[in-house]
Amino acid sequence: MQLVENGKLVEDRYVHVDDDAPLPDRLPVIVSAKRFLAEADALVSRDGSLGVSWPNDRRVNELKPWLGHLALIALNFPKFRDGRAYSQARQLRETLGFRGTLRATGDILRDQFGFLVRAGFDSFAVKKTADAPAFAASVARFSVVYQPSADGRLSALRRRSQSAGAKTPETV
Amino acid sequence: MYVYDAFDQTLVAERVAEFRDQVARRLSGELTEDEFKPLRLMNGVYLQLHAYMLRLAIPYGTLSSEQLRMLAYVARKYDRGYGHFTTRQNIQYHWIKLAELPDAMADFASVGMHGMQTSGNCVRNLTTDQWAGVAPDEIEDPRVWAELIRQHVTLHPEFSFMPRKFKIAVGTSQHDRAALRIHDLALQLVRNDNGETGFEVMVGGGLGRTPFLAKTIKPFLAKRDVLSYVEAILRTYNQFGRRDNIYKARIKILVHELGPEAFAKEVDAEWQIIKDGELALDDALVDEIAGRFSYPAYQQLDDSPPQLAEARRAARGFDAWLGNSVANHKVPGYAIVTLSLKPEGGTPGDATADQMDAIADLADRYSFGEIRVGHEQNLVLPHVEQRDLPELWRALAGIGVATPNVNLVSDIISCPGLDYCSLANARSIPIAQEIARRFHNLDLQRQLGRLHVNISGCINACGHHHVGHIGILGVEKNGEEFYQITLGGKADEGATLGTLIGPAVPYAQVADVVEDIAAAYLELRQRPEELFIDTVKRTGVEPFRERVYATR
Amino acid sequence: MTSPLEQKKIKVTGPVVVTANRVGDGAVVYSRADGGWTTALDGAAIATSSEGAQALMTAALDDDLRAVGPYIAPVKLSAGGQVRPGNLRELIRLGGPTIELPLPLGC
Repeated sequence: MQLVENGKLVEDRYVHVDDDAPLPDRLPVIVSAKRFLAEADALVSRDGSLGVSWPNDRRVNELKPWLGHLALIALNFPKFRDGRAYSQARQLRETLGFRGTLRATGDILRDQFGFLVRAGFDSFAVKKTADAPAFAASVARFSVVYQPSADGRLSALRRRSQSAGAKTPETV
Repeated sequence: MYVYDAFDQTLVAERVAEFRDQVARRLSGELTEDEFKPLRLMNGVYLQLHAYMLRLAIPYGTLSSEQLRMLAYVARKYDRGYGHFTTRQNIQYHWIKLAELPDAMADFASVGMHGMQTSGNCVRNLTTDQWAGVAPDEIEDPRVWAELIRQHVTLHPEFSFMPRKFKIAVGTSQHDRAALRIHDLALQLVRNDNGETGFEVMVGGGLGRTPFLAKTIKPFLAKRDVLSYVEAILRTYNQFGRRDNIYKARIKILVHELGPEAFAKEVDAEWQIIKDGELALDDALVDEIAGRFSYPAYQQLDDSPPQLAEARRAARGFDAWLGNSVANHKVPGYAIVTLSLKPEGGTPGDATADQMDAIADLADRYSFGEIRVGHEQNLVLPHVEQRDLPELWRALAGIGVATPNVNLVSDIISCPGLDYCSLANARSIPIAQEIARRFHNLDLQRQLGRLHVNISGCINACGHHHVGHIGILGVEKNGEEFYQITLGGKADEGATLGTLIGPAVPYAQVADVVEDIAAAYLELRQRPEELFIDTVKRTGVEPFRERVYATR
Repeated sequence: MTSPLEQKKIKVTGPVVVTANRVGDGAVVYSRADGGWTTALDGAAIATSSEGAQALMTAALDDDLRAVGPYIAPVKLSAGGQVRPGNLRELIRLGGPTIELPLPLGC
């Protein structure tokens, strides 16, 4: 697995900790949802960044009380075709206002980068090394979008009404 | 006609560039078929029995003559000189090469067309009434709303990998010509007690293995809320629709398992959060889209000009065609003309490149350059001056699209079936052709009246067999083609699923069975005005079953 | 015809070939004994055992760059050794649609 952030290949700062393993001191960690929910109070008061790996079949609303303490949420795409985490990402960003890192994990190919960025992801665990350098080009593929999403881009509909001199849209 | 602007044009051009890159990566081996398949499907590219197939979107079934000429051009240049219009107002090319697809897509993009989202588990091409904008009984032009939704769901970052495909239709008239209730989501324009227009929202319709008719979850949705409500429905489905079993993944199963009330509650909870956000529409935004639809500059004309009566007396063929294929237009002096793509011996829905070019020319001359595609797999010239009808009729007859069989027994809806499709269990087209041959006599067809025969070559039901007055479903038994027959289905405002009449019959007997059913109807009907579908409703399928199986 | 896409385990009771579609144009192809592909059914490698069919399938699946969606299809052998498709679906794949294709106007 390779990690792409800000369009560059980066080292993963986080340690993935098994459910029964002790937590390393101060290091940033990612724990499972199960462990997180069982030990949330202890985990959020620990020194060091906290991330949780959240399955795509649980409502992200459950994380609401803890969002301020979470530095990272990893959402999973078990298969390319399984797009539940796109909805989770938008809800975390747009409804729940999560501002930490949103990492996409699982079956991640370059052809999803554009969708993932638009849904609010900013960290990508890519399956193929060759896909990492294609990130910038993939994300820049479409200069026009038709709908608002978590990336704050203006939809064509809003841009049209703007250029037509209509009232300024309340977006972004 | 919706006219593309620079935004729309840029997006399709960028999509072609992306697809060109994906095809190159596939041909060079950088992408495996497993990886490439979802990408090609999202551009409408299937692999069928003999070749790749491209399904091109014709949003809400509206085409300009320029676009129709491009359909002809691509058919000639990259395919075998014909195309197949489908039950979802799309066109399919059955013999296209992967390596040439990016060029074909670029040609389509030059006239504002694309294959985006004609396959894959995303929102498919939006459909509507093929008489939109011209039907005398419509509330307002549904295409403005269809276009707003089309744009909203195109390359939607959240809804491109849903549990399964998602089909949306928008209706506008009391008479449902868009088969609303067999859609995943149907929006029917309605007027409330205060005289405001909005939408009745129906979800969970669909055919296939487990057919359901859509249920109303919101009797009246204000227009400003249509995008946010659609978003809430899609989000609910994306998260909770089943992904463990492909046959249970459509929204109809979710709605059925949760119950429409519980489903509506989930949607409403999500909708309350987003309804006053960016998706709320104001008049300026709607006007922006509505303003980019161009409408004909109609002349002031009278209905029933003298030329018509004269031509009817002069040519019996014209009289028959006028009575069958021409409908009232909302503007006096104009008419809506249906072009039958169901000639005897032909394939339902097929048109050759030459026919398409000729129809494009006729559209320019007689219909303000506009053509429609209906889900019954016929074409429509929507704005014809009544006084031009005799001339138009001669021209249409000359290219084989004036068979006066619209809505009659030989106006058959048929999927491509096992002659083309890799999913099919049995052939559909030769069955349709044999039925049309048996009912060659148009007087007999007229005597039988309105009678819809729908044929699917497999349980996926692309030929809408469940909602055919006579539905025919191809199945396989021990390596042989057999066909199940249902009666009493209909797709209109009184949508009903057909009832199976008995054991499947072999290939060679299907047309005999349809003849038996037709004969039984003529004996059973109480008076000539009682339509086939009404007789079946009154008597049930039992007398038909007896007739069909008495000697089998 | 049960779709071969639903084919799960390999059970061979008669002569079979491995068939697929060519990547570039989707044309129907059959796997040859030398590992290549041919559009002629006569040139296909015939297997009569599960092991033989499995070997052809393994090779075909490895050749994802040339052929798509390989599966095992039945064939019939005539006394003279001629190979014919074993069911209607395969007959249509080899011979094309059973209906007349549309002709240009005036033909």
